[in-house]
This record gives sequence, C-alpha cells and structure tokens, in this order.
Amino acid sequence: MFTDRQLAQKSLQYRRSILKWIKHAGAGHTGGSLSCTDILNVLYNRILRVSPATFSDPRRDRYIQSKGHSAEALFVVLADCGFFPEQELETLCGYNSHFVGHPTRAVPGVEQNTGALGHGLPIAVGSALASKMDDAGFRVFTLLGDGELAEGSNWEAALAGAHYQLDNLTAIIDLNTLQITGRTSDVMNHEPLAEKWTAFGWAVRRVDGHDYAALTAALATPLETGKPNLIIARTTKGKGVSFMEDVGKWHHGVPTDDEYARALTELDGQLARLAEATS
Amino acid sequence: MSAPAASLYSPAAKKVAEKLGLKMGRANLEEFADTLLTLAKADRNIVAVTSDSRGSGKLGPFGQALPKQIVEVGIAEQNLVGIAAGLGSCGKKVFAVSPACFLTARALEQIKNDLCYSDHPVTVVGISAGVSYGALGTTHHSLHDFAVLRAINNITIVAPADNYEAREAVRTAALHDKPVYLRFGKAPLYTLPAADAAPFAFGRARVLREGRDVAFIATGETVIHAVLAAAHLEEVTGLQCRVISVSSVKPLDSAVLLAAARECRALVTVEEHMVNGGLGEAVAGLIAQAGIATRFKIVGIPDEYTVTGSQADIFKHYGLSMEGLAAIAQQLLAH
Repeated sequence: MFTDRQLAQKSLQYRRSILKWIKHAGAGHTGGSLSCTDILNVLYNRILRVSPATFSDPRRDRYIQSKGHSAEALFVVLADCGFFPEQELETLCGYNSHFVGHPTRAVPGVEQNTGALGHGLPIAVGSALASKMDDAGFRVFTLLGDGELAEGSNWEAALAGAHYQLDNLTAIIDLNTLQITGRTSDVMNHEPLAEKWTAFGWAVRRVDGHDYAALTAALATPLETGKPNLIIARTTKGKGVSFMEDVGKWHHGVPTDDEYARALTELDGQLARLAEATS
Repeated sequence: MSAPAASLYSPAAKKVAEKLGLKMGRANLEEFADTLLTLAKADRNIVAVTSDSRGSGKLGPFGQALPKQIVEVGIAEQNLVGIAAGLGSCGKKVFAVSPACFLTARALEQIKNDLCYSDHPVTVVGISAGVSYGALGTTHHSLHDFAVLRAINNITIVAPADNYEAREAVRTAALHDKPVYLRFGKAPLYTLPAADAAPFAFGRARVLREGRDVAFIATGETVIHAVLAAAHLEEVTGLQCRVISVSSVKPLDSAVLLAAARECRALVTVEEHMVNGGLGEAVAGLIAQAGIATRFKIVGIPDEYTVTGSQADIFKHYGLSMEGLAAIAQQLLAH
C-alpha cells in the first residue's frame, strides 16, 4: 500500500507526464486531466482490484471513465500500473495510433470506449447489475465531469442505480466547476448536487478531490448497504500548475514551449519540496 | 377517407397464397419471444433488457419463467442500451428490446458508441418496426433504422421475413459475439415457400423463387408481398420473377445480388423503410460499383409525410402489396 506521500509523488509525476504527452501530441484535455489525476491515482493505486495480470478476470473491479476527454490522465496512470510502457504515448493522437484522444478498449486496461458524455453511468449500472446477477462481488466505478451532468442519460441511470440498489456501484463527480464555455453554474446550474442525488436514492459523500486520505475513505467500501454511492469530489481544474488552475481556457489548451517549461519547473519544485519533507 | 384496411392482403392476394400452399404463421415478435425464452432457459447468461416493453415485446412469459434474466429499465431507451452494454461487457448475452422507432433514434449514440465502437455482444431488438404501429403515426414509425444503422461500423442488420427466419435469426444472434440489430413486426406472417432456398445465415440472402425477368429484392416483412407478386405475374403474364429475401441488410450477400443484377432484366427492391438509405440504396451502390447498369426501382416509403392509416393502408398506398409490386415490375419492364 502506498503512503499518502508516495501518492503525492505519483500525482506530481502523473501531472508531469500528462503535460509532456499533451505537449508532444499538440492536443489534449489539459485542465480536466489535471483535475482528476488524484482521483485516478487513489483508484488505481489503492481501491481497484485490477492489474495487468487480472484484467481478463471476470471478477475484476471495473473502472469506466465517463468523462472520456480526460484520457491523458487515464493513459498515464494505466502506464504507471504496468498496462503498457508509457513511451507508447509518443503516438498519442497520431496516425494509426490506438491512443486516440478518448479512451478506447484498444488500449490495455481500458474497459469501455468513451468520449460522448452521459454514457459511463448507464454502462456502469449494467456492469454492476451483472456483478449482482452472478454474485461475482466486483465493484464498478465511474468518473463523471460536472458539466456532463446536463446529459439526461445520467439521470435515467441514477434512477436505475437506486432502483436496483447497486451498492457495488460508485460514481465520482470531478467537480472542478468549469466546462468549455465557462462556469458550470452559469452554463447549466446543477446545484444543489448532493440533495439531488440523495433524493434520487444515492448515498452521497463530499470530499476534497485532491485529498488522498479523504478519497480513500470515501471509496474503500460502499457507503451504505442497498444504495449506490455518489462521491462529489471537489477539484481544481488545471490542478498543480498555478497559471492553469481554475482557468477555463486550459480545458483543452496546449502549453506553448514557455508555458510548458514554466509548468515543469513548478511541478519539479513541488517534487523537490516533497522529497525534502520526506527526507 | 375510409375505415382502416383490415388486412395486408387483398382477397386476390390471399387466393394466390392459397394456391402456393402458404400457411399463415404468427407474428415474428411472438416467434422471437418464444425462441429467446427457450434459449435463455438453457443459458443463464442470456439476459433480456426492456424499457417498459415487456408486453409489447411478448416477453411476459419470459419474465415469469426467468425473472432473474430480465432487467426492466423503465421508459429510458438510452439507459436501456447503456445498461445492455454494461451487462454485455461483463459476460452476458444481452437482448435489448424496445420499439424500433425509439430504440434506433433516441438511443442511436449508445448503439454507435457503447455497443458497436466498444464491441459488446448485444443484440438490439427493434420491435413493432417499420409501420407496424401504422395509425399511431410518425412518432411510432421506424423508417430510418436501416439507414442510420448502415452508417455505423460493426453491427449486423437483420430483418427476418417469416417465422423460420425470425427463429434462426434469434438463435444466430445468441451465438454471435458482436452487436446485432434484429427487426420484428407484429403482424402475423405467411411462412415463405423456401423448399429450395438456402438456410438462413447472417450475410446470406435466400432465393425463394427463380426467374430472369424481374428480380424482387426484398427484406423483412415485405418479402411475402414480393412472393405473391411473382406468382401473380407468372399466372397472369407468364413473366418469371426471381424473389430474394435479403434478411441481412448489412452485410449484404453480394454474390446473390450481383447474380440477380446480371441475370435479370430488371430489379425491384422492396422494404418497409424510407427509400433513402435503406436496402434499395444499398443494392444500388453494390451494383453500380460492380459496373452494372440495369432497370432499377426502389419501392419503400417515399421522402414525404407518411400517409396516415393502418399498416395495411400504408402498405397499399405505397405499393407494398402483391398488386402494387406486380404493377411496378411491369412498368419497369415496359420502359
């Protein structure tokens, strides 16, 4: 089990890699990848019972990334978990590469092709139902963006998840409060979020989406028997790079050479401070 | 205006059917539901998913016999297909059952991405397809499903023409590990004369009747009208018409279709679908790219507000009948 400090180190390295490959590809969803990095870190390094060795096991836990545009974060974390060599990401968004700008099952470790929003939760409901039907005991996790919640299909699935009492299902909302047009609250307000999901019959918990211990506590076990789980993870879009944090243009902004150098300097500084504090 | 037509078959058409010795079967929907229940009793991984469509899908007995193998999602077609994808991704052989009109329009993105792109073994079952719901109006018609699904990679599109084809289609789909679309109507169907025809298979067209004057290339529940038209034309005019049941709208059986295009004097395609993007245009594309120029007519529902009335009224209005198809074939030859 990794310590919180080790996870912090991993997240900084993930953020470094995310920027590196987005810069290399000249394309990518920077802000959202950086906002969900810590969530994916905790999922893959502490929660999910899945690895390259168990990926074909029908009883493995499932992770479905509904906010598919944050593919770079997922690819980097999967590479770190050993699903493929990270160097393969040099083909990201390139001709004939299976690393397209959204997750596909052609990439080892990816469960479902996503990218169109509002698809992950219904699929996760079906997977959690299959687990219950077979008494297979696996859990199903999905990550949604907050802007994504305007898609009606999420609410169809919210009904079904509660109707079938899928306590083996956990949906995480990456609440970074920004979408491509601006503030989610200005584009299409979804608050009061916790009250809505509670009313739909879900067990709801709010956490700091960059706090490893809080995320771990919220994800480690189902919150309540007989209810699907909804984790509202408050995050910062562009997290980890000062000039990207909470700035809408970084939704799919690609850093210039100068911006990239400044971002790496910041992340390396954080890594150095972490190492210093550890020693 | 007049009262709804009572039957898809005129008295004259019924007489031709009688002469051919055709027996009236049941609705393909019923054949589907019974076949699925039989298969599911032997395989607990077969799961039906319904969107308040258990009754219209004739799955009441399935639900009673195998309550753990049926999932109800309520009136929510997007969720129906998404949940089906999730079940399919975890080892279930899923039949997602909903009226074709809603299923293939409202849930099209889920079919495209969650099933076809992600490649899960789910059969999407469009029930009461075409203009089965006739008088309920355009909201309830699926005249677009072939067109939209043909434009999506990795899905087999199947419209069975009689109970035999329906039964075999369900059995084949249950063994198939890729997305499939099955299209069923709810009117009882004659059993086709198929003594010499090839057995049903995905991707195979079945030649039900030989001839070299006109080839009727038909799909789904219009095939019987082509059979009757061919028999009627032979009796009245001596014309020898080939009838091909194209149950697989995708992939097409190019060998059988190109042979017909080369050997017959004219081609008439027939479908319970808009003339845009369906079987007719698929066949036209096939033969044009093979360098074959021939007399060719696509019979279906034209690009207009569909005439109102029962399924029988609509079929009759647009020539999807023995008399209509016979007349169209003769006009084509007279050109």
